[in-house]
Amino acid sequence: MENFNYHRPATTAAAVAMLKKAKDGKYMAGGHTLLPTMKQGLAAPTDIVDLTAIKDFSGIKVSKTAVSIKAGTTHMEVATSKDIKKVIPALWEMAGKIGGVHVRNKGTIGGSIANADPAADYPSACLGLGATIETNKRKIEADKFFTGMFETALKDGEIITAVHFPIPKKSAHQKFPNPASRYALTGVFMSQDAKGKVRVGVTGAAASAFRATDLEAALSKDFSAKAIAGVKIKPNGLLTDMHATAAYRAHLISVLAGRAVAAAK
Amino acid sequence: MADTNTGVGASVRRKEDLRFITGKGNYTDDINLKDQTYAYFLRSPHAHATIKSINTAKAKKMPGVVGIFVGEDVAKDKLGGLICGWGITSKDGSGMKAGPHPVLAQGKVRYVGDHVAVVIAETKEQAKSAAQAIVVSYGVLPHVIDAAKAMKSKAQVHEVASDNRVFNWSLGNEEATNAAFKNAAHVTSMDIVNNRLVPNAMETRAAIGSYENGTESYTLYTTSQNPHVARLVISAFHGLAPEHKLRVIAPDVGGGFGSKIFIYAEEVVCAWASKHIGGRPIKWTGDRSEAFLADAHGRDHVTKAEMAIDASGKITGMRVHTIAAMGAYLSTFSAAVPTYLYGTLLSGQYNIPNIYVEVDAVYTNTAPVDAYRGAGRPEATYVVERLVETAARELKQDPAEFRRKNFVTSFPHQTPVIMCYDTGDYAAALDKALEMSDYKNFSKRKAESAKNGKLRGVGFSAYIEACGIAPSAAVGSLGAGVGLWESAEVRVNPIGTVEILTGSHSHGQGHETTFAQLVSTKLGVDINSVSIVHGDTDKVQMGMGTYGSRSGAVGMHAISKALDKIEAKAKRVAAACMESSVDDIEFKDGTFTVKGTDKKMAFGEVALQAYLGHKFNTSEIEIGLKESAFHDPANFVFPAGVHICEVEVDMDTGLTKVADYTAVDDFGNLINPMIVEGQVQGGVAQGIGQALLEGAIYDEDSGQLLTGSFMDYNMPRAANMPHIENFRLGFTCTPCPTNPMGIKGCGEAGAIAAPPAVMNAITDAIGVRDLPMPATPLTVWTAMQSMKKAAE
Amino acid sequence: MSAVKMKINGKAVSGEVESRTLLVEFIREHQGLTGTHVGCDTSQCGACVVHVNGKAIKSCTTLAVACEGADVTTIEGLAKGTDLHAMQAAFKEHHGLQCGFCTPGMIMSAIDIVKRNGKNVSEDVIRRELSGNICRCTGYHNIVKAVQAGAQNM
Repeated sequence: MENFNYHRPATTAAAVAMLKKAKDGKYMAGGHTLLPTMKQGLAAPTDIVDLTAIKDFSGIKVSKTAVSIKAGTTHMEVATSKDIKKVIPALWEMAGKIGGVHVRNKGTIGGSIANADPAADYPSACLGLGATIETNKRKIEADKFFTGMFETALKDGEIITAVHFPIPKKSAHQKFPNPASRYALTGVFMSQDAKGKVRVGVTGAAASAFRATDLEAALSKDFSAKAIAGVKIKPNGLLTDMHATAAYRAHLISVLAGRAVAAAK
Repeated sequence: MADTNTGVGASVRRKEDLRFITGKGNYTDDINLKDQTYAYFLRSPHAHATIKSINTAKAKKMPGVVGIFVGEDVAKDKLGGLICGWGITSKDGSGMKAGPHPVLAQGKVRYVGDHVAVVIAETKEQAKSAAQAIVVSYGVLPHVIDAAKAMKSKAQVHEVASDNRVFNWSLGNEEATNAAFKNAAHVTSMDIVNNRLVPNAMETRAAIGSYENGTESYTLYTTSQNPHVARLVISAFHGLAPEHKLRVIAPDVGGGFGSKIFIYAEEVVCAWASKHIGGRPIKWTGDRSEAFLADAHGRDHVTKAEMAIDASGKITGMRVHTIAAMGAYLSTFSAAVPTYLYGTLLSGQYNIPNIYVEVDAVYTNTAPVDAYRGAGRPEATYVVERLVETAARELKQDPAEFRRKNFVTSFPHQTPVIMCYDTGDYAAALDKALEMSDYKNFSKRKAESAKNGKLRGVGFSAYIEACGIAPSAAVGSLGAGVGLWESAEVRVNPIGTVEILTGSHSHGQGHETTFAQLVSTKLGVDINSVSIVHGDTDKVQMGMGTYGSRSGAVGMHAISKALDKIEAKAKRVAAACMESSVDDIEFKDGTFTVKGTDKKMAFGEVALQAYLGHKFNTSEIEIGLKESAFHDPANFVFPAGVHICEVEVDMDTGLTKVADYTAVDDFGNLINPMIVEGQVQGGVAQGIGQALLEGAIYDEDSGQLLTGSFMDYNMPRAANMPHIENFRLGFTCTPCPTNPMGIKGCGEAGAIAAPPAVMNAITDAIGVRDLPMPATPLTVWTAMQSMKKAAE
Repeated sequence: MSAVKMKINGKAVSGEVESRTLLVEFIREHQGLTGTHVGCDTSQCGACVVHVNGKAIKSCTTLAVACEGADVTTIEGLAKGTDLHAMQAAFKEHHGLQCGFCTPGMIMSAIDIVKRNGKNVSEDVIRRELSGNICRCTGYHNIVKAVQAGAQNM
């Protein structure tokens, strides 16, 4: 990979300043997307601003109504948090299925969400739980955050600092991994709030994670597998590649949603 | 024997392990030579194109660049091209059409990854950066990817082959076979594709070439399964240097599976270019992406196969037509793979009186295809075992009993396709496999799976393979460019320790242990007193290397012969020392005794005396204790067995898991059962990989390799394999009559047997007749969908 | 170039590295510890696994400069003199290796699996948590056995 200037700021403000000064800078947290991309020659930033030394950049806080995870928190930290397991077991479970152990030891929630890989797991959790993404500048609703393939609402230089997940009544996560890469070939994150309103976040199936609104409407009326048996997921707009066709992905959404309903707790 | 636990037949723990588990292995990339430079190869981004020009001016000025070489430089130096060492004659008598294969492209590139230029620089990164500054002007040509379309394609890969056909080869009696089909009561006909695989040994290929001005000689460290063959080819065909001026060293090699048999461009270029940069060593370590693009791939057959069966359920004929992709160039052994390693095995374990096979080998604009674990035999077994299983189902016969009815039962058995099976007991393996897999209770397990939403299926594979390659005269008559014997030298040191120099090469097989076990048994010395020397052409005189499960049957046979000579010589020394006749000397468990007396000498004492020369007439008995032997096998060896696989298919998603796997193999006598089991387990994993996970896919439109990394090419992981309690191995034994150890080869069996066992199980589970490999969730789900539609 | 200091296998080491120098390059090429291997370029194979501050990570996807002050353990740091680590011994005893190339990463991952899951870690967990380590030789059968046995003796 091409060489670059390496920065390791101790504060968010310093990080923003460093990136601003850079010709073509990139933030890096766990580095498990950025470094492989650079090794393949698909990215060659002039500067890398490593966020992992920022003070207070990781940590988990659980209140009565929400789970707040700071951006630098690793997947392993989420996957081993007993506090999260108690209140949003599906989120806990999902984090434990990201990549392999070594990826979970380095990869962070902020990095995953900022990168917005169409097959990453966190975006589905954000949508499926109705999370709020907090940055150094503002708070963004998940519904408005994922705007396209590797595209988000983040502005230049903006840094995610935390993600807030409201605690639902029930939640479930189902993932059908791409057998080679372990990313989600299709993944479904589902939650039901105290009022019975259901959210269904889908990842891996389209250019960007999205909400399956037809499923949400049916399940909000009747939270049962029967309720969605008749909901046909249209393959239009879903991805086709060598691992899965759009029709197969559409089918997987139905299957995984059915399983999620059964598994929700 | 000094220690019965270290001899033949014991599961001795491996001697080589210590260095590997402590991080002290010595792989090619671990070696660094003084003043070393680094090579980076610029590769073709196009599947097929002319090279109009290459401008290296800017790149040459980049920091750290030591030299840049292109095809023109190679041509100027008259460095020969890469060769295919096996010539195949077509049905019409014409020779095979081998296109030129320069080590750096000359005028044309023929696949994505073809080597265009090499940049040598002070660091890897500098070499890579400079390579990106080379400007190549390409004229893109039409390309062909799909073997089935190659002969009708507009694209012409090589001038010598206007229809892209390398050869049209046939074996067997066409007329008699056609007659058998005419008289058949039932014919089973199938279209069968054997998917292209990427070998992916975990250590990527690497090389360090260096030229020494003072001695005008070259040294090449390389990741090779057969360093002597590399030296022979680089000397005789590339013409780099005469053999005595070229030393090839293959140190610890991290897996081969066939892919490291071949002589590749990169290794040759590193050695050659070293002279042109003043003798500084040049190191190249391929990265995984390069391995995907430029290592020889395996398989890639498109076949139409038919089986004729008479009214009594006996197979009477087989007719096979295969289109075999060779890729863009003929790799080192490529032509032998879809011919003499494939057509000759189409009789399987069955008594089939008439077989006719025709193979069209074709060029495609893809990486070259050559031997990969099993090489030809997995393709043959897949054809035979898919046909047999399908025929049994069509005839509503139990697949086990249909096989049993057609098994060869008397030996030797001459098949209609060259091979003469020496020994075997196929029914014994079948019975044992049925028993071990609890076949009779399969329906209970099927019902159990159904309760969990899973479709369970069972599939058989009764494979045979021919390995221990091979009698030299026989392979010579079939087109081989070399003899396939093996050499050994035994050096007994004065204190009785033993060094074995072998032409075999170990890259995971555990030769340092198994070969020592043979010495332990034959000379009665502890294996810790034995060292195995291999992989260095300056140490071992000549050898043919390790592939085709030949190191036991051929390599150890050579060692055994040399050990016999050691024993004979030692007896003469012992006789002189103990003042008796040689005929009265007995040797057992490491001790020489004189018949009818209490006189005895330990092996070590005799060794010492052999070097002292104090007690015998040195004009009658030569000083020293060192012998060598060459061994040429009398026949192939024929491992065979029955594997039974049970799969569970998720009805909703098509996700298929191997739920249970039983392998019963007849490898003759086992030297080290633990190591043999490891070979089977690893082979089966590769076979399961082929059946469920792996497939190299090129994009037809762009010619790009879509499965170019582990992100897309699905390697078997720990969770893809059956649980420990669901993976059973068993052995039957009919000792091989053509070697004194009675052994057959075990290295490839698993990879040969497993794919049809798995596919037969899946097709049984979902009730479909035809299903392509790899049976990914998408493939299986799609098959289930179309059946559903057909039923509606 | 920037200076970097860390501890490898208990020994303080330092060196001048480029920003892009990967931890695995620092270990193999700067420190000459060639037991840690590189088997892919997409962070999948796990031949490069080492422990950094007690956690198993892929050293091919970690910058050396980012390991300033870190405590790194490689395969060479496991044995105490000639006494093998229990997991190393188990790999030998259970024939958990053939060509040996993936082995250092396997052993480093295996130790980490046992540390996090305890000595009675299940076969399912072992298989799942080895998803980031690829072996082409063994079919994993004996690796799983070795991890189970090594766990008992750790």
